[in-house]
Amino acid sequence: MLITDLKAKETIVSLVGDKKAFIINCQGCKEVHFPEKEAAELQKELAADGKVTGIITTDYICNTENLELRLQKHMSEIEAADVILVFSCGVGVQTVAERFEDKKVCAACDTYPLPGFQGVTPLEYDCDQCGECYLNLTGGICPITACSKSLVNGQCGGSKNGKCEVDSNMECGWERIYRRLEQIGRLDLIKCPTQLRNFATDAEVSK
Amino acid sequence: MKITEAFERGEFVVTAEVGPPKGFHIEHMLEEAKTYLSGITAVNVTDNQSSVMRLGSLATCKALKDEGLTPIFQMTCRDRNRIALESDLLSAAMFGIENLLLLTGDHTKLGDHPQAKPVFDLDSVSLIHAVKQLEAGVDLGGNELVGEPPKFAKGAVVSPCSDSVDAQLAKMERKVAAGCDYFQTQAVYEPEKFIQFMEKAKQFGKPVQLGIVIPKSVGMCRYMNANVAGIHIPEEMIDELKADKEKTKAGITGVEIAARIIRECKPYCQGVHIMAMGWESKVPSLLEQAGLA
Ligand code: SF4
Ligand code: SF4
Repeated sequence: MLITDLKAKETIVSLVGDKKAFIINCQGCKEVHFPEKEAAELQKELAADGKVTGIITTDYICNTENLELRLQKHMSEIEAADVILVFSCGVGVQTVAERFEDKKVCAACDTYPLPGFQGVTPLEYDCDQCGECYLNLTGGICPITACSKSLVNGQCGGSKNGKCEVDSNMECGWERIYRRLEQIGRLDLIKCPTQLRNFATDAEVSK
Repeated sequence: MKITEAFERGEFVVTAEVGPPKGFHIEHMLEEAKTYLSGITAVNVTDNQSSVMRLGSLATCKALKDEGLTPIFQMTCRDRNRIALESDLLSAAMFGIENLLLLTGDHTKLGDHPQAKPVFDLDSVSLIHAVKQLEAGVDLGGNELVGEPPKFAKGAVVSPCSDSVDAQLAKMERKVAAGCDYFQTQAVYEPEKFIQFMEKAKQFGKPVQLGIVIPKSVGMCRYMNANVAGIHIPEEMIDELKADKEKTKAGITGVEIAARIIRECKPYCQGVHIMAMGWESKVPSLLEQAGLA
């Protein structure tokens, strides 16, 4: 089980900045808590400022075929947007980021674990529900699950021929992140301030 | 003494590395260090290198210090969470150990305890940040230290011949931003690549020590080429080792190659760091041939 929670309002607003956003809400898994009301309010404000090219509320964007189907009618709105703002768990954001490789795809939510049964999630992308979604700093590739050491401050010295030191069949996650950031022209993100993992988040949430 | 003082004096700083044994008898190691390494600026002590369990780095640093050598305490993030790391930093300060080399560390799966839990609560960058915090008198939990805060020379590593050199430079920049004072590099066998790297790295304004591993044999070179990240030994160099088996076995060829690499790179860096890997006895002749003795 997991719950998603909105990132701070200022964070979300700054992700959009003075650009235009296309918004995707995912309300697929019934066992996932989704901050429906708060999300709707915030999106209304963004729309009132003329910053939104389109909004869809859909389900199971983590399924690539389903995502494709749902977005079909909205391609021109997506085209017109600079940013795709995704309100979903970490898996959903990663799926959208992969689909729109050259667009800035942002996570508007943090994903936390809840003790108990974990819902069905697809295997291709993985979210560890770290409670402090890093996807906005890493071009939509999850550093927690794509890097063997879950590093959040960049590549270790162990990558050889682009492969991870732990498994020569696995691409180095930070090599992928670096290439993606280069592709979307956001290498500046790799210089962000030192990140510290916060392992207290799940306890705080279940308080 | 802090190694940064030597850089500030404009010295070409020489350091070497020793690996603690798998056991607690270090008389032999201390003897070797005293005999062959007493002339150099400082001696690194590895921290369960390659994820192989050994005698602790901190205790070995203390033993070296008691023998009059200047130790560099290597710390990785693989085996300890932030509480244990910060605590060991205070212990180091209490022993008067002033030099650190802060690393992420190899994954546990690469070593002799592949079943162990890899920690990585911090990484090289956030560990530098943690030291910086302690130096300002607060820990990572935001709590104040009692008494005067510790002061260290904070080192880190970078891999100049890595096939992901841009990602490495980006990481280096983050380390500098976090408060790193100096760098030691992965072993270099391609001086041109190192020089190109230094052209880009010099913008950070931090001293860089060229990393050297003396090539011992053809087999060792082949192994490193296949398995060690950031290392590529050119074929011509391997041919040199092949040419005269006796000379190679005696270490003469390896020392010649290493001395040549140092001479070529010297104008572009601020020091050299020798990872002798059991060949500590060759360090004096290497330094002599490189024109550093
Ligand atoms: S960074 Fe990764 S693990 Fe953390 S919430 Fe985002 S997708 Fe999930
Ligand atoms: S090689 Fe890459 S994926 Fe593997 S631990 Fe290092 S940074 Fe992470």
